[in-house]
Amino acid sequence: MTTRDLSRPRRPSSLQNRLQLGDWTFRTLTGLAGLVAMAVIVGAFYELGSQAWPAIKHGGISVLWDTSWNPGRQEFGVGVFVIGTLITSMFALVAATIIAVLVSLFLVEVAPGYISRPVSYLIELLAAIPSVVYGLWGIFVMGVFVRDHFGPVVVSTFGWIPIFDGTPLITGLFSACVILTVMILPTVMAVSRDVIAAVPRSQREGLMALGATRWEMIRLTVLPYARSGVMGAAILGLARAVGETLAVTLVIGNSVRIPDNIFSPAYTMASVIANQFPEATGLHQSALIEVALILLAITFIINIVARLLVWKVTGGHRAVVQE
Amino acid sequence: MTSPGNSAILQQTAALYRRRRLVDRLMTGVMVVAVIVAVVPLFFILFYLLKEGIPGLSLDLFTQEPNRPGKEGGGVHNALVGSGIMVGLALLIGVPIAVGTGIFLSEYGQNRAGSFIRFFIEVMAGIPSITIGLFVYSLIVANQSGLLPVMGHFTAFAGALALAILLVPIVARITEEMLLLVPRSLREASYALGAPRWRTVLRIVLPTALPGIITGIMLGLSRIAGEAAALLFTALGNQFFSTDINAPMDSIPRRIYVYALGPYDYWHEQAWAMSLILVATILIISLVVRALFGSRVTVRS
Repeated sequence: MTTRDLSRPRRPSSLQNRLQLGDWTFRTLTGLAGLVAMAVIVGAFYELGSQAWPAIKHGGISVLWDTSWNPGRQEFGVGVFVIGTLITSMFALVAATIIAVLVSLFLVEVAPGYISRPVSYLIELLAAIPSVVYGLWGIFVMGVFVRDHFGPVVVSTFGWIPIFDGTPLITGLFSACVILTVMILPTVMAVSRDVIAAVPRSQREGLMALGATRWEMIRLTVLPYARSGVMGAAILGLARAVGETLAVTLVIGNSVRIPDNIFSPAYTMASVIANQFPEATGLHQSALIEVALILLAITFIINIVARLLVWKVTGGHRAVVQE
Repeated sequence: MTSPGNSAILQQTAALYRRRRLVDRLMTGVMVVAVIVAVVPLFFILFYLLKEGIPGLSLDLFTQEPNRPGKEGGGVHNALVGSGIMVGLALLIGVPIAVGTGIFLSEYGQNRAGSFIRFFIEVMAGIPSITIGLFVYSLIVANQSGLLPVMGHFTAFAGALALAILLVPIVARITEEMLLLVPRSLREASYALGAPRWRTVLRIVLPTALPGIITGIMLGLSRIAGEAAALLFTALGNQFFSTDINAPMDSIPRRIYVYALGPYDYWHEQAWAMSLILVATILIISLVVRALFGSRVTVRS
């Protein structure tokens, strides 16, 4: 008994209380800071929901596929914007994922460090350029190129296929698709590079020992192993593409019409908000906030799915942190 | 050994191997092409930023207020100051919350409560900025309750709040990561001296991780400095010079957006010049951060 008393001298209880109080306060304060994130998301659903309520009551659930948007006649079907968002973000998703996976394979499997490091850095720099600068470049450089050079060639070569038979303008679906692809590429690449690098070395060595070529090794072990992680990466990119606003608003042409070819002007959910909100009042404004609410819900769901997929592969949140 | 059947098999194997090797090289070539496709846009964007942006750079751009639309000349002094004020205010609001969150996640977050908060931070990082803008619009601008003096109209404060919401997840994630990198031995030395946990965190762990946390803040700063969508319906914009956080305020990214949409050539020229300034600032921050702290963290918009 005496030894125990010597090795763990009893502190005065008031000091002990004070120490515990300090820790408790600290933990509570930092925990409250952590809860801000939850408060923002819950608050956003509540605020947008209550502002959008008149429009939700007016249009019901059918606005999601109703394509007649006419604020003057109080028609607020968001179908056209859903179509525009689907086309642009699906294009960007597929194109960016294919490029990102090939680039990641090159960086992880082929290139030595002194090449792969600068190349990853250059692609990551794409993520540092603000959305409106992409938009500016999209109108004055890429859009002009599409109208004067790329578009006419496509129309004269593939014009017999209906979706290529259009009038290339500076702004339109195609420009928006390309801009979005470039913008989400760094997101998809950063995550897919991490999941591809996370494929165990032994898996690769096993195939190499059996005499496989590098591509066979990639096709037979790396890709199957990384598949769900790459899907997670793609979906994170999708979340970015769906919510991307100003770059798209500047280059998509902003037209409430179902696009019938790849050069048609169109609208996405995010761009209709940016474009029409300033002059919207009453039910029109409420309907635009409803669009924002739908966007919030979509990105919420997309993020959950993506994170589940990436977690499954990398076994934690670390891989996503650098995204 | 060299029976006819055997050599036929050998030939077949050799042909098969040649085909396999060809496919392997072809796919390596495809990868290289993909890398070129991925890197080319960056060079195009940087090239045009320099080509179109440099002619628009002038002292007037930094010191003059915008002229009335259509009258050539003028500058974007009000937007520069406005961006500075709103980004600064967003840092004031966002950094304490983000660092607090990071501390909680690294110190007390290895449990269910931590995963819960981490999940919301990740979701928060994924909300589109236009949605955040409309959320703050509903919360502050359209709020007629008069609870706070900044409510009920477009204000720079609302803009700063929207930027802070964008900032928090970025800084919180990097803070958590940086705090976890602090060696255990440092904490243990502090505990051994009888310091309680909160003092250990404040006096030992935070100062040690401070360079990393500052990196995170700089990355967050460069992210929100280029943000326009969140400001459109919160801070609105202002043709005139204003430092009043209870009034509409201009910002560089919003002015780029407005000028890009506008009809005048000198607007386009100024938009390019502003973009050049903006991107140069962000890239310099990114390069400095990278030079100081390596490749663990990256800037993104």
